Amino acid sequence: MKVHEYQAKEILRDRGVCVPRGEACFSVDEAVAAAAQLGGKCWVVKAQIHAGGRGKGGGVRVVDSLDEVRSAAQDMLGMKLVTHQTGVDGQRVNRLLVEEGVDIARELYAGLVIDRSCQRVVLMVSAEGGTEIEEVASRTPEKIHKVIIDPEQGLSDEDAGMLTLELDLQQDQAAEAVTFFKALYQTFWETDASLAEINPLVVTTDGAVLALDAKFNFDDNALFRHPEIVALHDKDEEDPDELDASAAGLSYISLEGNIGCLVNGAGLAMATMDIIKLYGGEPANFLDVGGGATTEQVTDAFKIMLKNPGLEAILVNIFGGIMRCDVVAQGLVQAAALVELQIPLVVRLEGTNVEKGREILKNSGLDMVNATTMADAAEKVVQATRA
Amino acid sequence: MAILIDETSRVITQGITGKTGQFHTRNCLDYALGRETFVAGVTPGKGGQHLEGIPVFDSVVEAREATGANVSVIYVPPPFAAAAIDEAVDAGIKTVICITEGVPVKDMVRTRCRMEGSDSLLVGPNCPGVITPGKIKIGIMPGYIHTPGRIGVMSRSGTLTYEVVDQLTKLGMGQSTCVGIGGDPVNGLKHLDVMKLFNDDPDTDAVVMCGEIGGTDEEMCAEWIGEYMKKPVAAFIAGVTAPPGKRMGHAGAIIAGGSGSAKDKIDALEAAGVTVTANPAEIGAAMVQAIEA
Repeated sequence: MKVHEYQAKEILRDRGVCVPRGEACFSVDEAVAAAAQLGGKCWVVKAQIHAGGRGKGGGVRVVDSLDEVRSAAQDMLGMKLVTHQTGVDGQRVNRLLVEEGVDIARELYAGLVIDRSCQRVVLMVSAEGGTEIEEVASRTPEKIHKVIIDPEQGLSDEDAGMLTLELDLQQDQAAEAVTFFKALYQTFWETDASLAEINPLVVTTDGAVLALDAKFNFDDNALFRHPEIVALHDKDEEDPDELDASAAGLSYISLEGNIGCLVNGAGLAMATMDIIKLYGGEPANFLDVGGGATTEQVTDAFKIMLKNPGLEAILVNIFGGIMRCDVVAQGLVQAAALVELQIPLVVRLEGTNVEKGREILKNSGLDMVNATTMADAAEKVVQATRA
Repeated sequence: MAILIDETSRVITQGITGKTGQFHTRNCLDYALGRETFVAGVTPGKGGQHLEGIPVFDSVVEAREATGANVSVIYVPPPFAAAAIDEAVDAGIKTVICITEGVPVKDMVRTRCRMEGSDSLLVGPNCPGVITPGKIKIGIMPGYIHTPGRIGVMSRSGTLTYEVVDQLTKLGMGQSTCVGIGGDPVNGLKHLDVMKLFNDDPDTDAVVMCGEIGGTDEEMCAEWIGEYMKKPVAAFIAGVTAPPGKRMGHAGAIIAGGSGSAKDKIDALEAAGVTVTANPAEIGAAMVQAIEA
């Protein structure tokens, strides 16, 4: 689960990680009032959407009067902010963060990830802050310094200190940075985060070390023990179809194509998308109905896919293991009738009780195409969209 | 022989009294030598009960001491699954297979750290289990699609493994052992570990490997194959069409930070001499091709 920058900063501030003073605002007047309340002569108005790259798209503005705060807030609230992570339609801005301006001496980078190869949390820092860390990693990997953290010990003073040396931080700042890194790791660990990025991590001209930006993702599997984080979920940032799907117990991702796929199992669902493409079609979605695939779930799955006006055909690919093909077939027939399916449907069933399943489909009077192998199914569904 | 599990395995089901544990233990008992090999169950507080004649114990230690079990399979709910793995490892169980889906990553980081220096092997979590066809099935896969034979199968996905096994069986190629390594980012055996076991197994002649987007496990395995693998390998990587930054069902199936794409994995495997197919309907055929090459 993702949260907004201002929410991540509140979590960090509560746990002793230094962040600039600031306030979340939902209207232009709130933004101006927040700036006045913060005082000073310089403010930063930042659009709050989950995607990165906001600065380049006009979602971050540094201003030095309350009038400019007002006009920045007016411009940003309600705008469709387009960044390299939002897609061409952009993401509507509903929330702003108004912060005090800070005088930056250095821009650094700090990130925490769960590293799959060493199976531990890794803290990465770089003196090349402010830019895309992926670029730094591919161009100049030697400029990224890492420590692997022992889950029992936590981040040690020695390891944190070593990183401050790599970043060439001077005495007072090095001490501040050690405190910062330790509190950052502690926050990451205690909240079951899966990713934390502080980019940039800045040293101010008066020597403070603070998180100028903050990106936090949390492990969905651990949300059951963090109601305080679940409460931060902003549904406006999610694809509404993906939200509906997750409420129905389905795993669904919208894609650009015109062929809907309904599959059991994540790996087989990806493989089904791949084979559609291989046979010249374009998948409209990833959809894993999981191990159950009841009539209700299949009906919900059809409904969600059919919301896409560009959908031209549906491919159902089920490998029945514990789930029997005859039960799946009955569910399909009922669901197709319930949603009054108008577009071509290609069904490929394999596995337990497959003969019975195919028989049920054949005798149902349902207008559908039976397929035997995945290749057969892909070929038929691509043909159906060209008819 | 085969790998990980065979007729000499003695198996404990952790979470045997839950709905899932009961259902799948019954199916496993009915498969091949199931009645001989499944010897005990564990559910804290339910010691003294029986399921299908199998005694239930309060702890893994008690179950192991009473039965000499050396394998454990876990169907415990996600919040308690990592602790169940820890318990099995502490009790000296050699092979621990965790089926549970949805285990918090932090719990697995802790558990994997605890396992360092231990002799126990972990398969999963979030996996279908392991089967040595004709002998023993431990997990949730449909037993009847498998045929005893000499092809090793490993995969990060459940139903995609069934698809592959079905293709192999229809082409007349039986399987030595099929290992579902699971779809989570922090887990037990990786492709590389299983590949080494198959390479050393006299009952395995060739290996099918199904990978998917996310992480670099397939790349690491490819490097090793290029250097040391003595047997033909065929592979399929799922997720060529998956967009970056989106989690495709499995917690580990995500292209992130510029790594984990299907293309990188396919390139690495091809460079190592593996027969890679882009067509999931032709994975069995790719195995035939790899063997004949």
